[in-house]
Amino acid sequence: MRNVSALVFASGLAFLLMVIAWQFTVGAAPMLVGEAILQQAASELGSANLVTSVVLGYRGIDTLGEIAILFTASTATALVLSSISDKPSSKNNTEIRDKGTILSSSASLFFPLLITLGLYIVMHGHLTPGGGFQGGVILAAAFFLPLLAVPGRGVNHSGLALVEGFSGAAFIVIGIIALFQGNAFLQPLWGHGEMGSLLSAGSLPLLYAAVGLKVGAELSGLLAQLGNITESEEDSQTESTSTKQTTMQAENK
Amino acid sequence: MTSDLIHWLLYGGAIGLIVIGIVGVVMLNNIFRIVLALIIAEAGANLLLVIAGYRFDAIAPILTGTSTNQLMVDPVPQAMVLTSIVIGVGIQALALALVLKIYQNYKTLDMREIHQRLSTDIDNSCGVISLLSSEQPAGERPLPKPEALINKEGDE
Repeated sequence: MRNVSALVFASGLAFLLMVIAWQFTVGAAPMLVGEAILQQAASELGSANLVTSVVLGYRGIDTLGEIAILFTASTATALVLSSISDKPSSKNNTEIRDKGTILSSSASLFFPLLITLGLYIVMHGHLTPGGGFQGGVILAAAFFLPLLAVPGRGVNHSGLALVEGFSGAAFIVIGIIALFQGNAFLQPLWGHGEMGSLLSAGSLPLLYAAVGLKVGAELSGLLAQLGNITESEEDSQTESTSTKQTTMQAENK
Repeated sequence: MTSDLIHWLLYGGAIGLIVIGIVGVVMLNNIFRIVLALIIAEAGANLLLVIAGYRFDAIAPILTGTSTNQLMVDPVPQAMVLTSIVIGVGIQALALALVLKIYQNYKTLDMREIHQRLSTDIDNSCGVISLLSSEQPAGERPLPKPEALINKEGDE
């Protein structure tokens, strides 16, 4: 019965969405806002990547809100997981288990490459595809690799929190500086520069660097939490199965 | 005719992903699969947004020296999807953390069993007699313990 009602609901929803989607035209000219942004963004903001000028210039406050959502999600994850991971970690931290030479040496080989790639993508967010969000994810992956190779190695959570807090504060401070100069909050500052050069588009690269560091710190903290918990979970499972086996053997005897 | 077909395919694919995800959330009983269904629905929503800004024969909205008068796709949906993907990762991590916590406490991923045990746990800790089952005797007779009820159902 529940399945039938779910299917009826889903087909109705699909019909409704398709009727709405049929009103749109596919592959036609962008909507009015998009058209206006395409024509004005280059002269107004001086950023070669128009997506970046939308993310940081026209929708800067939304990006601030999205960073806040990410911060809330990572804080909530840490809150949910911390109470479990505290218990086995006291035993885990004493011994650092290496997962093999190949894994650990390739992790140390890839670490600087991934850091370089992530920073490159963050710094060139206003010129090429990419930016703070994408580069931040690559930075987080770079910091997660050594943790995969050598599980049980502690993560510097206070350092991560410091980076996260400072980059988040930098984003807001840049917005407030714009307020002090008589502009709107988060309005791009400091001229345009030459379009296509690294030091162009005013304060947009600084904002994207703050976003990149914040996303990287948050996601690497998150991944470290999840990695630790799955590691301790494996331990407890093997322990419980071994105790089960011993009890079963005892019963058989 | 072909543009109609493309229209159907693009929007139908994106909406199909959304509907598959919602059906999964409603119908599945394993909470990890519910998280996966949520991810599928999210991918469908992102795809729908990107399609809404698509334009035939257009390039990515990045100004380069060579192509000055080329058509460009709408940058607004792309900017929205860009942030929504990263937020999606955060939400998925939070959902996975909750799943892990539930599994550690109850050693099961079955939604119905978790719901039953959660409500009995809440009732017990509040000191209220559990009103979960309508077949349970209303008083007078000695009530079976909640663990006995669960084990009985699990055996069936």
